Amino acid sequence: MTVQIKTLDYEQKRQTFGHVARRIGEGKSATRYQEATLDVQATANFHYKPLWEPEYWHFDSRKSAVVMADWYKPLDPRQFYYATYNIARANMQQSVERSFAFAEERGLVTKLSEGARAHVERGLLPLRHVHWGSNMNMSEICQRGYGTAVTAPCIFSAGDHLGMAQIISRIGLELDGQTGTSLDSAKTIWLQDPAWQGVRKLIEDTFVERDFFQLYVAQTLAVNGVIFEFAYKRLDPAWMEGATTVAMLTEFMSDWRAEEARWSDNVIKTVAAESPENNALVSQWATHWIGRAVEALNPLSNALLGDDGVAARTAGEVASAKAAALGLRV
Amino acid sequence: MTAKKLGLKQRYAHMTRGLDWETSYQPMDKVFPYDTFEGIKIKDWSQWEDPFRLTMDAYWKFQAEKERKLYAVLDAFAQNNGQTNISDARYVNVLKLFLTGVSPLEYQAHRGFAFAGRHLRGVGPRVASQQQSLDELRHIQTQVHTMSHYNKFFDGLGEFPHMHDRVWYLSVPKSFFDDARTAGPFEYMIAIGFAFEYVLTNLLFVPFMSGAAYNGDMSTVTFGFSAQSDESRHMTLGIEVIKFLLEQHPDNLPIVQGWVDKWFWRGHRVLGLVAMMMDYMLPKPVMSWKEAWEIYFTEAGGALFQDLARYGLKPPKYADIATEEAEHISHQNWATFYQYCHAAGFHTWMPDAKHLDWLSEKYPNTFDKYYRPRWEMWAQAEKEGKRFYNGALVQLCQVCQIPMVYTEPGDPTTICFRESKFKDTRYHFCSDGCKDIFDNEPEKYVQAWMPVSQIYQGNCGGATIPDVLAWYKLNVGADNMDYVGSPDEALWNSWKADAVKAAE
Amino acid sequence: MSQFASLTFYHNDDARPVVDAVIADNPGVRITNMPGVVKLDCEGRLVVKRASVEERLGRPWDVQEIHLVLISMAGHLDEDDDQFAVSWSH
Repeated sequence: MTVQIKTLDYEQKRQTFGHVARRIGEGKSATRYQEATLDVQATANFHYKPLWEPEYWHFDSRKSAVVMADWYKPLDPRQFYYATYNIARANMQQSVERSFAFAEERGLVTKLSEGARAHVERGLLPLRHVHWGSNMNMSEICQRGYGTAVTAPCIFSAGDHLGMAQIISRIGLELDGQTGTSLDSAKTIWLQDPAWQGVRKLIEDTFVERDFFQLYVAQTLAVNGVIFEFAYKRLDPAWMEGATTVAMLTEFMSDWRAEEARWSDNVIKTVAAESPENNALVSQWATHWIGRAVEALNPLSNALLGDDGVAARTAGEVASAKAAALGLRV
Repeated sequence: MTAKKLGLKQRYAHMTRGLDWETSYQPMDKVFPYDTFEGIKIKDWSQWEDPFRLTMDAYWKFQAEKERKLYAVLDAFAQNNGQTNISDARYVNVLKLFLTGVSPLEYQAHRGFAFAGRHLRGVGPRVASQQQSLDELRHIQTQVHTMSHYNKFFDGLGEFPHMHDRVWYLSVPKSFFDDARTAGPFEYMIAIGFAFEYVLTNLLFVPFMSGAAYNGDMSTVTFGFSAQSDESRHMTLGIEVIKFLLEQHPDNLPIVQGWVDKWFWRGHRVLGLVAMMMDYMLPKPVMSWKEAWEIYFTEAGGALFQDLARYGLKPPKYADIATEEAEHISHQNWATFYQYCHAAGFHTWMPDAKHLDWLSEKYPNTFDKYYRPRWEMWAQAEKEGKRFYNGALVQLCQVCQIPMVYTEPGDPTTICFRESKFKDTRYHFCSDGCKDIFDNEPEKYVQAWMPVSQIYQGNCGGATIPDVLAWYKLNVGADNMDYVGSPDEALWNSWKADAVKAAE
Repeated sequence: MSQFASLTFYHNDDARPVVDAVIADNPGVRITNMPGVVKLDCEGRLVVKRASVEERLGRPWDVQEIHLVLISMAGHLDEDDDQFAVSWSH
């Protein structure tokens, strides 16, 4: 015998909000991502010009040279809104906790050889500053960009970079017995070691990039696409017998890069495809920043791998191939 | 010599401020171009005390848990048609006011804290601001998701972003936040982080969320409690900001005092809409605005300013006027919307006899003397089939943009008019508080997009009220007019009738 | 004028051990019940002690878990591994 639960029928007047229906079609159900994203940002009739930048409104699509008829065209294939983003990251973080517990129990970090330890201190730990610079850039694009579709995931990304900087910091604390000395010395390396100065200069140059979409291209195609590609995929030989340990403890970063790229690739592809003018600008920016990133990594590649910059160039080729696949001329 | 193991505070410092560095390839002033023009002096950013020490892993963990719980309730509410369990469909007009007026401010706060999260030179406040930016995005998105279900059945919710940018009374909250967004980063932090998120926050949240609880709106109340736990982090950021600025340099005191005075007043004016909501729009009322003001401003604010007095900070200017106004503004605002709801995106209605008596009881000094007679007059008009709608357009205060309906301190029978001249044009204000704000920065406030002036200039769809309402995307005959006779009322009555039938 | 330090918690099973600990550890605490919440006020200072919560909870408790049950607060915050306190005193 089946049990049929009787419920009262409540006929709905409409499926979703007016602005959402105008985009997806009348009478259709909207997803939570759509309702949380589409047309949420104010677009008209602002009251005062910013004291800090009176040439623009505080929401102003003219803050980039690229032009979009609709800044809600570049959507997020991950369809992240706040809840799904946090739940995804909390799940990823559970693996991180297990990996650190595993490493700690077996002394995988504390027992690293002198050579591996030296490379980790010189080559891995200063990455926390690259992530911090990336955090600053994503926060900037969130505040300066246009439209919820592109800017909301930027604050997620800012949080991600801070989280990754904190994971690297924990690796350092494993190395130095929770005293923080390795982190202090990593900062000195970041500031003074010639091997890192190309990268630091590049990051500082991104801090003063005023075009929010150029900054987006620089951050996603060059910093994520070249520098983090190099750091998390091409440095196994530098970590020596510790390569597996480092891979395990930085698994979050590998997973994150793949997931983030799904979003940033779609955004760049969409913006570039909008017009020949956009394509020319985005291609120019991609070529410039990928090239700079490769050049910046050259001394680091040589210092850690003794390879005359081969790994840096390989990372560059990967990024360029990706950019070409997105429709750019690099 | 071996180094010592890190304590909690130092470990957290390594996890946050230790990531930052003094740039050398680009000058710091170019990397941080916005944080000196306001005249605020910071001697030592490292003196900043991190309020909560949430690393990102902890943030994700706790926030994910809160979201799982919240969305389980939202799903259950939708599945079980929880909208049928509210006290009365008049309550939904509270949600309309919230979604069109308040939710867009959460979005502005998300972008504003991203701005602070990049452009304050100190790392501590940047990290806290970024977490607040994330939280504010949470609030707008969960509010939209909560209201989404109501939108499927009730009118006045479907065009919230379009209306926020255009409808006359919504320029009150919009201009408030535009003012904060366009100020410098330190003023923004005092305006929103301190004045709004600390001093005044409970006066926004408690009325709406308690109102939801008392009126059977399970989804909003669940959202409210869940969001409030984020608010406790925001409050600690706000109070840390003001302490830090006042401790860093004595020159900061007059600047900060000016901002506290300004933002208390602008915030108080926006809250006039909440006062009206509390006193008139809840079928089951929680407490009066006067009572809420007493608890959350006079008592709680009193304790706060007593604490901050050690820095030389004084309670906000015109706090006494605001306290006196607590006896009046809800009545004055509801009277305005009663007359003008033909041009509003939510319904208003005549309070019933029981409610009028509740108002008499809660406002023994003012209601029967000044406001009951007005309601009796309009009730008589309704009886005669001539429910009053005011056909004229209203004069707005240049600063708060509320219609000029407020009265002289000490004399509720006289409208309060103030004015200033700037470059051969006369500007009008509802109060000394608003006039002071204008006189301090006239170049800023003369820019405002004043809804009534814009209508007269032909920028709002055309020369007639129907033209303007169409431009607002207001669904005439559904979104506007009295609750009595509205489609919302018809729908509600049909549900109640069906429920009776189903029970038989 | 009295200065009340204040903490407001959910009125549910998760919050109960925390609320009970606060009531036990803060003599003179004023308890106000409202729909779905309980507001705790105390002259000057109000403290949540980790050990006290753990005693009532029956498992280890991280002070930061307070974020799951706390709704609102008033006072300057002082937080470390063992306690969470709000106060107006200096």
